[in-house]
Parts: sequence; structure tokens; C-alpha cells
Amino acid sequence: MSTKLADTEDSASPDGFVCRESTTLYEQPNPLVLESGQTLGPITVAYQTYGTLSPRKDNAIFVCHALTGDAHVAGRHNSEEKKPGWWNEFIGPGKAIDTNRYFVICANVLGGCQGTTGPSSLNPETGKPYGPDFPFITIRDIVNVHNALIDHLGIEQILAVIGGSLGGMQVLEWAVSHADRVRSAIVLASGPKLNAQGIAFNAIGRRAIYSDPLFQDGWYYDADEKPHFGLALARMVAHITYLSEESIELKFGRKLQDGDELGFNLRAETEFQIESYLHYQGKQFVGRFDANSYLALTRALDYFDLSEAYGSLAEAFSRTESRFLVVSYSSDWLYPTAQSKDIVRALIETKRHVTFRELESPYGHDAFLIDQELPKLERLVAPFLARMYMDQRQGRSS
Amino acid sequence: MCAKRMHLPDPRTAVTNDIIIDKITRGSRVIDLGCGDATLIARLRDDHDCDVLGVELDEDLFVKGIEKGVSMLQEDLNAGLTELPSQSFDFAILSQTLQQIDRPLDLLNEIFRVARRAIVVVPNFAHWRIRLQVALQGRAPVTDNLPYEWYESPNVHFLSLVDFRELASQGNFHIIRELPIIGYRAVKKATFANLRAHSALYVLERARTPAQHKEIAASSI
Repeated sequence: MSTKLADTEDSASPDGFVCRESTTLYEQPNPLVLESGQTLGPITVAYQTYGTLSPRKDNAIFVCHALTGDAHVAGRHNSEEKKPGWWNEFIGPGKAIDTNRYFVICANVLGGCQGTTGPSSLNPETGKPYGPDFPFITIRDIVNVHNALIDHLGIEQILAVIGGSLGGMQVLEWAVSHADRVRSAIVLASGPKLNAQGIAFNAIGRRAIYSDPLFQDGWYYDADEKPHFGLALARMVAHITYLSEESIELKFGRKLQDGDELGFNLRAETEFQIESYLHYQGKQFVGRFDANSYLALTRALDYFDLSEAYGSLAEAFSRTESRFLVVSYSSDWLYPTAQSKDIVRALIETKRHVTFRELESPYGHDAFLIDQELPKLERLVAPFLARMYMDQRQGRSS
Repeated sequence: MCAKRMHLPDPRTAVTNDIIIDKITRGSRVIDLGCGDATLIARLRDDHDCDVLGVELDEDLFVKGIEKGVSMLQEDLNAGLTELPSQSFDFAILSQTLQQIDRPLDLLNEIFRVARRAIVVVPNFAHWRIRLQVALQGRAPVTDNLPYEWYESPNVHFLSLVDFRELASQGNFHIIRELPIIGYRAVKKATFANLRAHSALYVLERARTPAQHKEIAASSI
């Protein structure tokens, strides 16, 4: 686009550092009423922002993270931090989501364990972590909390809500249940419901956690050792679903971890490189994630079904006025393209505006997070946002 | 070795978008199958209050559609129109694409599942210059606007206006207008159209009953 749209100052700090921020909402006596009917409050929300909100407050983009993501979507907190945020290649000055132009917000989900209230947070009634007493939450609850954060930030209209996987489901929920403020919705590698296969894999993950002796029915916060074995196993299984047969084959094949001969030793747990990789993934994960959060969020994922919630997908989408961009990946077998097409078909049926493309990629479900795959996604997202922003400024509706 | 090319006007210029736009009712819901860079439907949206959707496989063109703010779908026309709900459009546009489709009648039937009317532009391989080329050179036709050798041509079918009329008699639709395009003009009535037109624009309509096929009074030369 040659049109100059941004009237915001170059707001990215020159060193690219970003601050953790948080706010507390739903203070008593106004707790959040959850979809289950239970109430929860107060709720702390951890979030990060990038760029500057324009004087007209019309350049806000909300990023919904996936199952185990967090608010740290881009940049670094300090110079010692090794890894930048999880979508650093996609969000930043001059990047696909250009923070010189847009004001980007990402917040940790309700039920998570990276700053927003979740099972590992202190229950004000007991002074101890909620643990298994943490109420059952759904994607609608997650989105309601983020919606309250947007209120808190004084933003009325959101130019775009974007997310992949569980993040994509949040985007759908945003567009349907907060239709008045979501101008456009970008849904990546996601679906209008979790299919039976997805529930099945989540079931294995939860069983792994439940059957870890250290889990202790969820009351493990005071213990020296946490149920890391079960949580790591859950992660290992889930991680396979994020990859593809092709990508694992390319990366690891049948390569051995040590030496180049099979050991014929049943006691050796790690012979192949893929085994070592999965163990590593599991180990990394338990250092940053809470088992009770994993249970809560996978259940939220299982429960998501837009058509069930609204009678039909078309009924759900008849509530939205957002312009949609839906993207799937050819090798994604966890959220296959057919699921994105279900969204697209229902949107067309309800005469909503939807752009859809399946991107070719060998990387499976995780493709939207893989750096080398991002240029393909940028080719769709950047012009979509630019046009959306221009139309919004010119007062053109969707 | 390339067979000698003949110059025929590019039907995309000749059948200017104006001719197509002229046939589309203001405020209609329109889908353009193989919309290219979405110029036509962006105009329909901006100047004629149409609600539009573009279908394009080529990624560069697809992105151009996004830049114009047009909703775009990636859809292989050979695989049917599975993303499109029944009776969801007033008009479908299919310009210079039908001869590239594996099973044209299946696609046309699909089009009339989703749309009430269609504007279809097809090349006429019975144009006299093509006939001469085949007759005198004994070669498969290669023309400026169809500049492909037979083994690499996206055109997998060769049809004439007469052939298209016959196809139309077999589908779930009927022809309500036939506009032969001669030179750079779409003409309402042309004698020897099948000999003189390098392409033709058809306005087709879903048949209310399968038997309803309107006869076109035209010669079959």
C-alpha cells in the first residue's frame, strides 16, 4: 500500500524493550459471572502493549495467544532476556503487524499461569493458591476478561483481533459476543469447535497429569516437587499434534541421539533424536507451566463449540459485523483446513465478509508460529490490516 | 517451434468490464470466479452497491484483491464450489475460464446451485481465422489471446458458440442473452456469429424447471 495511514509517532522504544503490565478487574462486589454460573473476582490481568494508541483510538489490535502462550508476544523485557516474545518476527516496527502504525495489546488468558489469575494464583478467601478450587472456565470467560481489559484501557473499537489455534477460537468468540467493538477478525489454524480428535489428545494429557502421584488431586503447591512428570508427558503428546509427519521426518528422521548404532538396550529411554527432542520439550514446558492451568485450559478448549452455543454456526455469525480473514495450513492435522472451511461457509451463508486461504506448509499446526513461515502469513495479514485501517478511517463499513 | 500466431483482440479488453457490469443489477450479491486482481468486482462494489466475493487461486492476484478490500476465496474451480452455500449469490461471473475447466457442465451446474444468474464469457474456437489456421496449416490453433501450444495450454476444451448453446441445453440453466463479441464490441445481433465472433458473453439463468431451455434464434454456422 502506498497510502500513508499512520499518524502516530514512531512509538517503538529504540531498544525494543517492553514492560510487563497488569491490572486488577472484577473487584468485589462485582465479580465476573462465569459461563458455568460461578463467580470469580478479583481478577488480575497481565498484558503488554506495543506502539501508541492513536488520538482517535482507532488503531488497536488485540492478539489472542494459544494454549500455553503468554502476554509476552514481542520484544524483550531486558537485555539479559535470551528469547524475545513468541511472535517477535510478526509484530514490531515495520513487521507484519507494524507497531509504528498499530497499537498492539496481548494479554495472558484467564486460567493461565503467566500473570493473569489462574489456579496457581492466591485465592483471597484462603490465602492459598486456588488449585483445584479454581472455577471451571470457558473461552467465553477468557474473552470476557480481555474485553474488560479493553474497557479498562479506554478503547472502544478494536481494529482487529488476531490469534491462532486456541487464540483463533478466542477471536471467533470476540467477533460473535463482542460484535459491537470488533472491526475485523483474523483466525489462524483454528476451527469453530474442537473436534473429537483434539478432545482425545487433551484427554491423554489430562490423564498423564492426574496419574502423576505428585499431582495430589491438584494440591501440590506446597510440595517440594510438582507433578512435572505428568505435565511433561502431556506436553510431549500435545507437541506431536502441533507438528506434521513431514516436519518430524525432515528434522529428525530416524537419526540416533548418540553414536550411529542401535544399542539393543531396553533400558535406554532415548535412542532416537525425536525422543530426545520430545523429552526436551517436556522439560522446558514444566519450568514455565502449571499443571492445574493445563487442565483448566484444555477443558476450555474441549468445551468450545460455536454452533452448539448459538444453535448453529450461521446463527452465531449472524451476530457479527466483523470482516474476517481465515487462514489454514495444508499440513495441519489438529485443526485441518476443513474446519476453517466450516467457518468460511457459515460466514458466506450469513453474508459476512470473509477472505480465506490455505497456506502450503510442511510445519503442521504450529506453522503460524514458525519464523520461516511468517512471510507467507504476512502477505495476507499486512494488506488486510492496512485496508481495514484505511476503510475504517474513511468511514467505510465492512 | 511455435505455430504462427494470429492476432485477435483480447477478449478481456473487448468484453470490457463495462459490458459485464451493464448486465448486473445494482445492489446484487456477486461472486467472480477467477476474479484476477478483483478490479471488476471492486468496481461493482464501489459504483454499483454490489456485495462481492472474489475467487482466485493465484497468490499475487489474491493479495491484490485483499488490497482492494475485496473478500477473497481460494477455490479450485475443478473441485466444485464446496465452500459456497446454495443460493447465496444473485450473480456469478465466469470470464474466459470455462474452457479451462475439466468438467464444464459440472461447474455450470454448481454455479447455478449457488447463484441465480451467471455472466459467462467463452472464447469461440470456430472463429474463421482459427478455422483457416486449422484447415490450411493443419496445426492446432495458437492465437494472441490464446497464445499456448497445445501441450501447455490451460485451455483443455475447444468450443464454439454453437457448442456452448448445446451444452446449455443440458444444464440446470438456460441462456437469456447471447452477445457475440466481434472485434472490440459486443453486438446484440450478428449474422454468422459463430464465424465472426472471437468470443461471446452469455447471460444465463437458473432454470425453474429442468426442462426449461430457451431456444436461441441464431444460425449454426
